[in-house]
Amino acid sequence: MPIIVGESMCLAIPAKIISVECDMAEADIGGVTRQVSLALTPEVEIGDYVLLHAGFALSVIDAEEAQETLKMLESLI
Amino acid sequence: MKFVDEFRSVELVRGIVEKLRHSDLLSIRLMEFCGGHTHAILKFGIRQLVPSSVEMLSGPGCPVCVTSSSDVDLSVSLALDNDLILTTFGDMIRVPGSRGSLQQAKAEGADIRIVYSVIDALQIARDNPGKDVVFLGIGFETTVPTVAATVIAADKEGITNFKVLSLHKLCPPIMKEVLDAGEVRLNGIIGPGHVSAVIGSAPYEFIPRYYGMGCVVSGFEPVDILQTIAMLVDQVVENKPDVDVSYRRVVRREGNVRAQEVMNTVFQPADADWRGIGIVKDSGLRIRDEFGQFNALTYYKVRLDDQSEIKGCICGDILRGVKVPTDCRLFGKTCTPEHPVGPCMVSSEGSCAAYYVYGA
Ligand code: SF4
Repeated sequence: MPIIVGESMCLAIPAKIISVECDMAEADIGGVTRQVSLALTPEVEIGDYVLLHAGFALSVIDAEEAQETLKMLESLI
Repeated sequence: MKFVDEFRSVELVRGIVEKLRHSDLLSIRLMEFCGGHTHAILKFGIRQLVPSSVEMLSGPGCPVCVTSSSDVDLSVSLALDNDLILTTFGDMIRVPGSRGSLQQAKAEGADIRIVYSVIDALQIARDNPGKDVVFLGIGFETTVPTVAATVIAADKEGITNFKVLSLHKLCPPIMKEVLDAGEVRLNGIIGPGHVSAVIGSAPYEFIPRYYGMGCVVSGFEPVDILQTIAMLVDQVVENKPDVDVSYRRVVRREGNVRAQEVMNTVFQPADADWRGIGIVKDSGLRIRDEFGQFNALTYYKVRLDDQSEIKGCICGDILRGVKVPTDCRLFGKTCTPEHPVGPCMVSSEGSCAAYYVYGA
């Protein structure tokens, strides 16, 4: 398990949703599979990346926004 | 890992640092209000990367550190004086109180278990129907919806032996408190990324309006933090304080509305006691009466007198940005992560622990 208890509490990490069943999902975190609650993000679909915090998907990561941020930064420097 | 590695790009880091070096800025003082940022800033050596004109301070953002001594004592008493199972996140167990830490209480026979998620605490309640299971609720808006969702689940399932001791704290009210106190002069605020994933960036709009400084909500990778600093520097140079988001892949202005609804269904604002700061009006959360059966505070009727702070520990001053860990006489001597004297040395989000591990 990559998450160490006692590691930063507000830590939230990106995880890829690989299956969904009701309000639970399985997420892949760098090769490790974990059960994740979708109680706070019912809109999640398979293939989405979510921000995982303490067993819950806290929000869906917007891949387009990520690309835009990176592109914008590259153009600036 | 996707969405991590790209934001650790050496070229981007170099590019932003170079841009910062060439800005017209004389000096700027920023404060981060998230323990995750304190940790990341020291871990990635951000302070060493940015020009010396950029000064960075930590605010009261480490959930373990801001928990008052009396609330630590309350948790210890709850565990020692009642026949129950206390469940908590790992960090909290080592925080010293005047009656010792939860770890010591555990050694004295209290049933205290570390959980990774509040879901695990509910599972312990399911598995032990004859015993009350209390979850020690610490944390900011990031963690609160997970606790609220679990209370709702327990209610639906009719699990009555699950309780929450809500010591939760809210971010915007404490920002306001620190700004009102005016002990440190600031030019900008690094907004907490994961709190804002829930509440959005709109709640910070009072900062430019009333305090004339900007707030940029940031992610936790080096590129995120440096970009945030660059944005705040631009705001100061152009004299255009504003609320902005550098962490757009996660944070939207309105936040996660569903998570806010879940949170507001179970909790309502209440006064909270902050280490080094004291009671701040409506800066915490209590369980609503509709969910009163889950409220450990009223269920056990535990209350303690105010306890004095730990002798020699200046955590409180550090949390307000008035002092830094190296100002503490105990830092690295009697107080180390192995033997913490105060809470700021316990959690990896605490300033003292981060300074100790990564160097000041
Ligand atoms: S070094 Fe230890 S005793 Fe000093 S302020 Fe930090 S936690 Fe408190």
